[in-house]
Amino acid sequence: MIEAQHLVKRFRDKKRGSVCAVDRVSFSCRPGEIYGLLGANGAGKTTTLRILATILAPTEGTALVAGYDVAKEPQKVRSRVGFLSTATALYGRLSAQEMVEYFGRLHGLDEFALRRRIDELFERLEMNDFRDRRCDKLSTGMKQKVSIARTLVHDPSVMIFDEPTVGLDVMAARTIVRFIRECRDNGKTVIFSTHVMGEVEKLCDHIGIIHGGKLLAEGTPSELRERYAMRDLEDVFVKVVEP
Amino acid sequence: MSLRNVGIVYRKELVDSLRDRRTVISMIVVPLLVMPLLTIGVGVLSARLVGEAMKEVPQVMVLGGDDSPHVKAELERMKDLRIVPAQPDYANEISNKQIRAAVEIPEGFESKLAAGESSTVKIYMYEGELKSGFGADRLQRFFRELRDRTVREHLAARQLPESLVRPFDIEEKNVAPPEKVGGAVLGGLVPYFIILLCLVGAMYPAMDLTAGEKERGTIETILCSPVSRTHLVLGKFLMVLTASIATAVLSILSMAVSFGIGKKMLLGAARGAVDSALQISITGRAVISIFFVVLPLAVFFSAALLAISLFAKSFKEAQSYISPLMIVVVLPAVAAVLPGVELSPALALVPVLNTSLVSKEIVTGTYHWNYIALIFLSSCVYAGVAIAIAVKLFQREDVLFRT
Repeated sequence: MIEAQHLVKRFRDKKRGSVCAVDRVSFSCRPGEIYGLLGANGAGKTTTLRILATILAPTEGTALVAGYDVAKEPQKVRSRVGFLSTATALYGRLSAQEMVEYFGRLHGLDEFALRRRIDELFERLEMNDFRDRRCDKLSTGMKQKVSIARTLVHDPSVMIFDEPTVGLDVMAARTIVRFIRECRDNGKTVIFSTHVMGEVEKLCDHIGIIHGGKLLAEGTPSELRERYAMRDLEDVFVKVVEP
Repeated sequence: MSLRNVGIVYRKELVDSLRDRRTVISMIVVPLLVMPLLTIGVGVLSARLVGEAMKEVPQVMVLGGDDSPHVKAELERMKDLRIVPAQPDYANEISNKQIRAAVEIPEGFESKLAAGESSTVKIYMYEGELKSGFGADRLQRFFRELRDRTVREHLAARQLPESLVRPFDIEEKNVAPPEKVGGAVLGGLVPYFIILLCLVGAMYPAMDLTAGEKERGTIETILCSPVSRTHLVLGKFLMVLTASIATAVLSILSMAVSFGIGKKMLLGAARGAVDSALQISITGRAVISIFFVVLPLAVFFSAALLAISLFAKSFKEAQSYISPLMIVVVLPAVAAVLPGVELSPALALVPVLNTSLVSKEIVTGTYHWNYIALIFLSSCVYAGVAIAIAVKLFQREDVLFRT
């Protein structure tokens, strides 16, 4: 479960002064549901998701993630969240297994549970062939799988994806899309940001259109199409962003 | 749970760093190679040069003295000098190292000697040139002996005692312990290298673990794990400290071994030629003491470097911040080597300089416990402040996500 209420994030910028990257954003996302945050570059998607993952602290407002307040109990939130973005790279000098082990240990898994969990994940994601290979020697697709295993090692109930398919080839992107769907089917709360309409249509149960830090429109894809009397979600997006 | 996470981070960073060629070079290869090269290499080379210079029979020129055949003949009979025919451009020949020195015997030298008149023998040499110095030394010894002999003969002829011209003798006695004699020369240099290597050892990992993580995009990955930022920075700090101490310990060890070997080689190579300046004796006690004095400095370096490089966006930026820091550290460390810079209560509070100074004293066998305690404490305070700053910086979003 994710419940964001009036989230505000202000940065101080040398040139522009105070910048409001996220401006009173509220939404909620239930378990077994995918919430898509749709917006152009610089709209505030990454900042919102980083607040939910407790990487950044909100300036104002609150967000409950898996029942914990992101500002008050960030560590509890992090231990129930899996966060994946194109910016979350791997440690190149660790092997695939060591990478996943490291995060499993940080999540407090004991060695026995960790071993079982890793065997299960490596089997499921078909990663056994490159288990002991260093991450910097892996292909993009393999790296993606290691990242997925890393986010899943503690079996989080909430998954946060920040533009997870940017820069990936078709095959790697498909792996991610399939994985997001699996998360929902396993009853996890899933939120992800993108500017790719195709992914939104394929995946999302709910959509929030964000622009200039503000959440301008929200609803299921069909609700939004009806509300703006347009069949194409891209047209809806443009209509919302440039009224 | 909390300390466990610091340990997990530390272990991972250690494995990660040991797989990095550049860290291994700065942490292990540099101290193990630089020290032996410096001591054995330079020592053996200089001993060999001195030995060779001493073995060489210097060619010298005798100018004039045609009316002093006895002195000339005596000079020619000297086994450790080779006399070459006189040339008018003797100065050039000395400069060009064709001959080592020249001696000018004044006109009527022997007759003046017999008559008891004063005259001046001039020795020409190239100041600062070792072999020229040896040549001049031998000439001087010859003429000094001749002078003494002449004095004795004159005294004997007048039936006067020798003590008339030599009423008393002067003798110098050294009371400094042997390590003090060697230590005074090289004592300041040893801690200087250790301090520098402590810094060098910490430099690369500090940049790699902070700015490097930002550059490679793993900082966001680790921040979304449940480890708290304080534990994260402490784990990283321990790794940087490990690298710093490893560099220092390895350099101390390799230094001790190379001094041991170097001393034997020096003594074997040129026996008497190697004077006390090249004889260094460092006790095990001194080595261990230096290690403990340098320890808080290593903590200080590690935390400070970590804080500074965390602020940088990329490895390159971190390097541009840290390179000037190198000079900031080198200057006080060098200042301690300068003769005349002595410990004082005020200097005992200057970071780096204080450690360098007290280490110099320790190497020379002097332990000022008051100063050692003061310096250890002040260094600990500086180290604590640096750690606190590093931890504080790690909590700041504008530092972690500087754009």
